Amino acid sequence: MQTRYSFGGDEHIFVEVDEEMSLEAFFKSLSMTNAVRESGIAGITEICPANASFQIKFDPDVIAPQDLMAELKGFEAAAEKADKTIETRIIEIPVLYDDPWTRETLMRFRERHQDPSSTDLEYAARVNDYPDVQSFVAAHAASPWFVSMVGFVAGLPFTYQLVERAKQIEVPKYLRPRTDTPRLTVGHGGCFGCIYSVRGAGGYQMFGVTPMPIYDPSGKISYLKELMIFRPGDIIKFRSVERAEYDADVAAIDEGRFEPKIVSVPFSLDAFTADPAGTNAKLLEALNG
Amino acid sequence: MADRSFEVVKPGLATTVQDLGRPGYYHLGLPLSGAMDRFALIVANRLVGNEDGAAGLEAVFLGPELRFSLDALVAVTGAELPPKLDGIEQPLWTAFAVKAGQVLSFAFLKSGARAYIAIAGGIDVPEVLGSRSTYALGALGGFEGRALKAGDVVPLGTPSGAGCEGATLPPEGRRPVQANGVEIRVVPGLYWHRITEGAQAGFFEDTWKVAPEADRIGYRFRGGKKLDFVPREQPFGAGSDPSNIVDSCYPYGSIQVPGGTEPIVLHRDAVSGGGYFMIGTVISADMDLIGQLQPHQPVRFTVVTMEEALQARAVEKARVQELDQSIGG
Repeated sequence: MQTRYSFGGDEHIFVEVDEEMSLEAFFKSLSMTNAVRESGIAGITEICPANASFQIKFDPDVIAPQDLMAELKGFEAAAEKADKTIETRIIEIPVLYDDPWTRETLMRFRERHQDPSSTDLEYAARVNDYPDVQSFVAAHAASPWFVSMVGFVAGLPFTYQLVERAKQIEVPKYLRPRTDTPRLTVGHGGCFGCIYSVRGAGGYQMFGVTPMPIYDPSGKISYLKELMIFRPGDIIKFRSVERAEYDADVAAIDEGRFEPKIVSVPFSLDAFTADPAGTNAKLLEALNG
Repeated sequence: MADRSFEVVKPGLATTVQDLGRPGYYHLGLPLSGAMDRFALIVANRLVGNEDGAAGLEAVFLGPELRFSLDALVAVTGAELPPKLDGIEQPLWTAFAVKAGQVLSFAFLKSGARAYIAIAGGIDVPEVLGSRSTYALGALGGFEGRALKAGDVVPLGTPSGAGCEGATLPPEGRRPVQANGVEIRVVPGLYWHRITEGAQAGFFEDTWKVAPEADRIGYRFRGGKKLDFVPREQPFGAGSDPSNIVDSCYPYGSIQVPGGTEPIVLHRDAVSGGGYFMIGTVISADMDLIGQLQPHQPVRFTVVTMEEALQARAVEKARVQELDQSIGG
């Protein structure tokens, strides 16, 4: 891992912990942003952790850019030695894969795709060496995913599947971003999954939709009183559902009866690295009782 | 109709309630929002006796038509979108009185893109996370989280009484018009090293044109040469296109170039992160300028150092600090 520091104009510092994605890079970035927050350096206005990088926004009238840069570099050594265990939670997300809405949308933007002759799911299954869409979906829903960043739009989680690197799903983003994506689309770009919290532009391949809102600007949905559900460090388990269950979930949400399945769990990067399958089995046991 | 309010007769193209923004939630994907031309909103507020951060309206390209329920003091700044009161044209950058029942409308846009309409007392929609700004993509803040619609009745606050009719900011107090075409200053950085030296030079040599896809999230440009990438094996997780990176945060003003073809400068409603590489960042002093660009308008990007960026920032800050002296009337 080689950490790289760069100014983003006169109001941001961008720190790339590593060029490539790994949970080690995520945990180092998380440690550094925690250290920045605890330092209480005057002039810092936003602290934004990302997958393998982070960004600080600051007021250069309060702290000189070079001075802040020097302070940030000072946090790096300690972050490498920091404990890589967090208390977190696992959240189940029902998904209707290959749904009519993402299918309609992907057909509308076919000329922006690498392979205009197949669907996003067919393309992703093929480039990841799965024999068919069904087995690809099974792998997508089998192992849990780690929320390594929240952003793009309000409350959108970027998710990283908890499997060995050889088993990671990797797909390119659209050649040119779409101007439309259905709300609650489950997408994928690079090695990252995501759930689009709102309708809008997007560049990720589209695999399905969840009936479960993850952002509610009105704060009316019971589990979205704080407007959004996800924070970096959360763990997601997707569960493939049929149309009937999807419709029932949508109705339950509309009537205020839907309660997401959420269980508190610890996560240790060292334990996961030593035994991915065993760690996942424990996470799923905690979720499913 | 509420006691202190105006009714939207015609909404314009995309008229939103904006103040100076909602800092502190970018890590959750909620951008700053607020006026794209912050200087223009501050001036409009000063002219009617409001606090700098009071909420006003941002009208883009086409002005709204508003009927007032009460006597009010109004000022319009920013784009050259001439206001009319019951059909009679009123001066820009100047506070004018509106009588109860009168209709404020606008002539066609002459230059710029966004006009700011301040009303003494400010717009009194509820604060959400500390701001009245509209973040339409997230349906948050402003008037019901969206652009205004015909029939909306928008509540107003109580005037401070400090504003007076005829208060005006003469042209010399405003940002000077760039005589030789628009230049936008950029500090290269972020993933600047990903493109070849030829592409780096070409980006600053070429004339770019604002694309039709230009909004509060970002301004897209086209017409320059495609950027060539330094060859590399793509890092794990980034995706296979050379313009892909492992998804990171995006600075406000950062310039991403998907596929190396059409640069996008992120603005006040920025997406907070994503997987396209960025070649640098527009300096804070020039962000207002971008908010006044029209589609098809030619621009050039110029390279500056951090020192020059800070000097430019000081110039813009001084312009705001001198407002009390420069406003006459």
